[in-house]
Amino acid sequence: MSDFKALTEAVIKGDVKMAVAETQSALDAGSNVQDIIDKGLIATMDEVGERFSKGLIFVPQMLRSAKTMQGCMKLLEPLFQEGNVTSKGKVLIGTVKGDLHDIGKNLVSMMMEGAGFTITDLGVGVPPEKFVQKAQEVEPDIVAMSALLSTTMPAMSQTIEALQEAGIRDKVKVMIGGAPVTDKYAHEIKADSYASDAGSAVSKAKKLLGIS
Amino acid sequence: MIIVGENINTSRRSIAEAVEKRDAEFICKTARDQAEAGAHYIDVNAGTFLNQEVDCLCWLVETVQNEVALPLCLDSPNPKALAEAIKRHKGEPMINSISLEEDRFQSLLPVITSQPCHVVALCMAQTSMPTTIEERVQVGSELIKRLTNTGIPLEKIYVDPLVQPVSVGTRMGIATLGAIYKIMKDFPGVNTICGLSNISFGLPERRLINRNFLTLCISYGLSAAILDPTDKQLMATLLAVEMLLGQDEYCEDFIGAYRNGRITGG
Repeated sequence: MSDFKALTEAVIKGDVKMAVAETQSALDAGSNVQDIIDKGLIATMDEVGERFSKGLIFVPQMLRSAKTMQGCMKLLEPLFQEGNVTSKGKVLIGTVKGDLHDIGKNLVSMMMEGAGFTITDLGVGVPPEKFVQKAQEVEPDIVAMSALLSTTMPAMSQTIEALQEAGIRDKVKVMIGGAPVTDKYAHEIKADSYASDAGSAVSKAKKLLGIS
Repeated sequence: MIIVGENINTSRRSIAEAVEKRDAEFICKTARDQAEAGAHYIDVNAGTFLNQEVDCLCWLVETVQNEVALPLCLDSPNPKALAEAIKRHKGEPMINSISLEEDRFQSLLPVITSQPCHVVALCMAQTSMPTTIEERVQVGSELIKRLTNTGIPLEKIYVDPLVQPVSVGTRMGIATLGAIYKIMKDFPGVNTICGLSNISFGLPERRLINRNFLTLCISYGLSAAILDPTDKQLMATLLAVEMLLGQDEYCEDFIGAYRNGRITGG
């Protein structure tokens, strides 16, 4: 990480200009894209997520760091070549049917992206059949669902059943979260994991996929 | 300012336990404390009980109304729970809430027209949550039109402009405030209502932020609030702001609350 000290600092601070400039100078100095992403950006976002989960930083600071990373990725993406950049895994995410809340889901998406996952975001009010259809299409490692209303929580269970019926439940890990959702509820509906905030969503996702 | 006491909500652990055990004494005390602190409505919410929500909400209605002579704010997005709870309610309840989401609107319509009641109209559109002032005003206006068309008087409608965290969007606070101002101006006689705590999600010193947001909301025209009336600092803010805006003749309410020890400055 010491190679990318200035980049790390810029991402933690959320200084897009400086972070993009540091990314450019790393490229100019001959660093490879994967290294910049893994050792510069992702490692930093792991740190950011951890600080957030511990209450050391707050939502706006986490958002700012995530946006800064996105700025850097824009510079790097044109340089991706087939096979030279690896994803930590594919995540299909959405807020369940009947529920239009997107803030929590967006925070989780952003932090997952920051951790190196590839995200397919289905948006809000996603019916079970849509989750299934998209899961068949993109073959994600994780299906992540959000619900902010106690009345829409059952749609999580329905989605899991729909995945089951489609014969793909055992091909994906299911994560759930949202204000009224609990660890106990995750057990009840046989989800694989529950996460209480965006920072812990990343560590739970890694745990599910056996990534350190 | 119409005050809706928010403390009887099963998302709070102590309330969930009391409802689980049907501990009427604890629920009654929580209701009484809020009534004595100045609440005009007592909110009851049993949303976390999922399949047992209907039973729990009905039990809360009967238990609370046995204790305090106040109307309740029946708080659930579930039309079935509201339909049962309203039958057991004495007097005119406040129904919290209806929105423009078509299923929710259609299934609640028979409930809110079944007997006289006050209605919270949440500025939630059919397929998305509004983010700007204009979107909120548009959804709020549409709700007001549809509700008044069914015969509900304007002054029994409480538009909730929806409060979203300022931590995820710098303009979220001003979006709510602007919507309150515009709706109150466009529909004289209508009420606006909101909860406060969403504004401070993801930030430190949340109670301080909530208090200051209340001040701003009142100065933009908010006429009702869902809050903890036993929070003496919050109530001090509310009463001081109303007084400063010329809504407290001879400063009677403020002085009265001070004499009764219901407010504190620090």
